[in-house]
Amino acid sequence: MKKQLHHKKRYLLPLRAVAVIGFLLSMVGIMAFGLNKKTEPIAGDTKTKPLVIKKDSVASVKAFKQVYTVLMSARCMNCHPSGNIPLQGDESQLHTMSPQRGIDGKGVYAMKCANCHQATNTPGLHTPPGNPNWHLPPADMKMVFQGKTPRQLAKQLINPKQNGNKNMQQLIEHADDGLVLAGWNPGEGRTLPPMSHAAFKKAWITWLTTGAYAPKGK
Amino acid sequence: MINLNVNQKAYQVDADPNMPLLWVIRDIIGLTGTKYGCGVAQCGACVVHLNGEAVRSCVTKVSRAEGQKIVTIEGLSKDNNHPAQVAWNEENVPQCGYCHSGQIMSAAVLLREKPNPTDEDIDSAMAGNICRCGTYLRIRKAIHLAAELQRKESASK
Ligand code: FES
Ligand code: FES
Repeated sequence: MKKQLHHKKRYLLPLRAVAVIGFLLSMVGIMAFGLNKKTEPIAGDTKTKPLVIKKDSVASVKAFKQVYTVLMSARCMNCHPSGNIPLQGDESQLHTMSPQRGIDGKGVYAMKCANCHQATNTPGLHTPPGNPNWHLPPADMKMVFQGKTPRQLAKQLINPKQNGNKNMQQLIEHADDGLVLAGWNPGEGRTLPPMSHAAFKKAWITWLTTGAYAPKGK
Repeated sequence: MINLNVNQKAYQVDADPNMPLLWVIRDIIGLTGTKYGCGVAQCGACVVHLNGEAVRSCVTKVSRAEGQKIVTIEGLSKDNNHPAQVAWNEENVPQCGYCHSGQIMSAAVLLREKPNPTDEDIDSAMAGNICRCGTYLRIRKAIHLAAELQRKESASK
């Protein structure tokens, strides 16, 4: 419990910064999230419906376990390697020809991601998959999935110091990020993540809105 | 019709926008210095510069290159005097030669972005250019020489 409280505190800082620049509505929600006394919307301006934080550690951990199976699947983990070379294929081997992350995550010199990875998937079996923004996480925010336990990954995902300063709202929106979605359009010859994007998004949002609890263990 | 700028020359080509740039360069425009090796971005034989980046033209649709600046090995320098070309010649790098327009185009990007590359930089930059004849050691030597030539060139300016 103590750990969870500590966890919440870390959230408050960047979220307050957002509030200072004028998102008063969000502020109300953020305080509700931070203090977590009861169910309240954390933001009224979401595209779909107001977000509601309702602490439920059991539901949260259960949802994260689903999230984890997706994030650790080849389609997600291959671009979240522990080293500076992306992974490749359903077996998550090191990418052939060893392209490097580079500072911005977009490769180095003659080996930039977009030199081969086009805006769309290249037709044919095992040809380079495509996305207009193909890249790894940048060097100062590596967001490693490979080798992380569920607990480590959950904590890392919500830590603004490690997640590119994303607050709750931005984390939720990230489920629809173009590169996240690309995991479900991987090109010929690659298996899909273990559930649909809709199911993943539901689990992701459930995990976050029930308190973003990290599973117990190491 | 697709408008292309290849080696500072304007071309209008009648091609499917999905046609690989390599096909257009070789078969329609007729510049055959750029080679076809694998067709799936695995070998580097087809590297050309697209707005200065070493793209693989076999997987780059011509539509991506429309209105952009394309440079092929034929347009890398005026008189084959790019430091990499001079160094390649000096070190007798090619064996069969097939891979080398791609090798030189990749090396040129490295030399621009890292004028004094270490062996490690060379490995990182050139790892995607395969040479069936195994000229890798001479390639490395030539890139170091090209860096030196480039330094001298800019010092004399
Ligand atoms: S022919 Fe383009 S990389 Fe091999
Ligand atoms: S010199 Fe023959 S493939 Fe490189």
